[in-house]
Amino acid sequence: MEILMSILAGILFATAIYNLLQKQLLRIIIGTVLLSHGAHLFILTMGQLKTGKPPIIVEGVEQYTDPLPQALILTSIVISFGVTSLLLVLSYRASKLNESDNMEELRGSEHE
Amino acid sequence: MSNLAVLPIIIPLLAGIVAVFFAKKTMAVRIFAQVLTLLNLAVSIGIAFYVIQYGTVTLETGGWAAPYGIILVADPLAIFLVLTTNIIATASVFYAPNSLTHKQEQFYFYTFYFLLISGVSGAFLTGDLFNLFVFFEVLLMASYGLIVLGGEKIQLRESLKYVLLNLFSSMLFVTAIAFLYSVTGTVNMAQLAERIQEVEQTGILTTIGILLFFVFATKGAIFPLYFWMPKSYIVPNSVVSALFGALLTKVGIYSIVRTFTLIFIHNPEVTHELFLWLAALTMIFGVIGALSTNNVKLIIVYNIIPAVGFMLMGIGLFNHDGLAGSVYYLLQDIIIKACLFLMVGALIYVTGTSNLKKMKGLIHHFPLLGWMFFIGGLVLAGIPPFSGFIGKLLLLQGAIQEGRYVIVIIGLLTSLLILLSIMRIFTRGFWGERTELDTGNIQPKRVRGLIIPAFGLLSVCVVLGIGAEWFIPHIETITNQLLDPEIYIDSVLKE
Repeated sequence: MEILMSILAGILFATAIYNLLQKQLLRIIIGTVLLSHGAHLFILTMGQLKTGKPPIIVEGVEQYTDPLPQALILTSIVISFGVTSLLLVLSYRASKLNESDNMEELRGSEHE
Repeated sequence: MSNLAVLPIIIPLLAGIVAVFFAKKTMAVRIFAQVLTLLNLAVSIGIAFYVIQYGTVTLETGGWAAPYGIILVADPLAIFLVLTTNIIATASVFYAPNSLTHKQEQFYFYTFYFLLISGVSGAFLTGDLFNLFVFFEVLLMASYGLIVLGGEKIQLRESLKYVLLNLFSSMLFVTAIAFLYSVTGTVNMAQLAERIQEVEQTGILTTIGILLFFVFATKGAIFPLYFWMPKSYIVPNSVVSALFGALLTKVGIYSIVRTFTLIFIHNPEVTHELFLWLAALTMIFGVIGALSTNNVKLIIVYNIIPAVGFMLMGIGLFNHDGLAGSVYYLLQDIIIKACLFLMVGALIYVTGTSNLKKMKGLIHHFPLLGWMFFIGGLVLAGIPPFSGFIGKLLLLQGAIQEGRYVIVIIGLLTSLLILLSIMRIFTRGFWGERTELDTGNIQPKRVRGLIIPAFGLLSVCVVLGIGAEWFIPHIETITNQLLDPEIYIDSVLKE
């Protein structure tokens, strides 16, 4: 199971990097979202995917899954959610002001 | 008393929250920010003295014993960095009203500023790797807010790249933590250090170490990962540039110091050798950048890069003198970089341009600023008796002890070129015939407000250099603790 998840995370990373290297701004943002998905899946996998009950203490349950990676993922999710929403607003403003969403055109010093 | 360790984080955090409520009342929020910053400075001086006297303060937040809860560790290195942070925060908060426009000040500048300080102090004080990630995000989020403050075309454009790059490296950081968790089963730094000493399979740990190094190198602008920095640091207001240039890259360097003196010390032939080469390249490329431009702010921004290279060199040498040099250089470089940015801000305000070719003969109008700039340049280049000299001397001593003569030569040459790059501003901008300034837009009161904080920082730097004998014993303590990770582990995982 861990191997499958690792491959999946790897595919997510690969698509994320491919999208990050595109010219269109929205594609780049989609790339960052895919990248954070990959990273979060990866934390879950690295905490080992043993079969067990959800980490809520109930009478008579012996085997729980590891609660720490889940807490780490939850923290990381809200952080990347915050950054992504900032990034979306920023790119909206930037593309409106600069009248372009092409990263090739958003560089150099001629339009300062 | 162990609750002391949380104060440098919690005071600016609360101040930032309170400042939201009356952000539009400029005068009130200004005074509030200045008072709280001074309070925070006083508190960190107090904690620094406490730590010097009684040793490391560790705080188990929530009362959970060390490896299970989050702990804050105020060891001498961390607390000295927090103190330095607060010194430049104080200068910045008095500088800000004169530098920012009215609108920028009203749009939550002080909130972002306090959150930045809180995040930086938190990153210095934390003893937990995932918590370090969270504090990195706290300070980065605040920096995103500060970099777009004003919302000009170029700011939006450059901040977009800044946010994207930092998001990428943050996700890499999370991945590296996941790797480390799967190998060791913990994210607490002291326990990580303890377990890594026991673990046999060092290959995977070296890989994770280098992955973490690349994350911190992106934050700390080390060759080949400094490409994002120059543009993003010149677009915001001068006071924001000063905070960024002084603090953000140094948090990356501090993280490298912490992780590679505490956790990943099992395979120095690979990691620390890599650091030395990267340090040499960082110095060369940074100083070439500094010589390549006529934009005064960009010259200072490029000068951050060779300084980072010097600090990395000390970590790469990994002997007593090298590390002592790194620590000393780190502390003084935070102050001098902030000071130079503040002076350049004043220069840009009085001339109305950042192009060096359009400035001439300013010494006739602003003699104090001119001579301050001269001394600042000497401090930066490392001319005795100023503070840059002692750090570099220790670093070069360390390099000679290891027989690394190539990096000694590169370091000396870099210092020479740094001096050249900074003196170009002095000779071209301040020397020359007296020209009439367009005085219509310059308010003398504002200019004074811009020069005084920079003067304060410069005098701290001069004291650091001339009074080096007071500080060397503390640097020794820090270095000895860095060389012996057992001290850190024992202070955290005490029975």
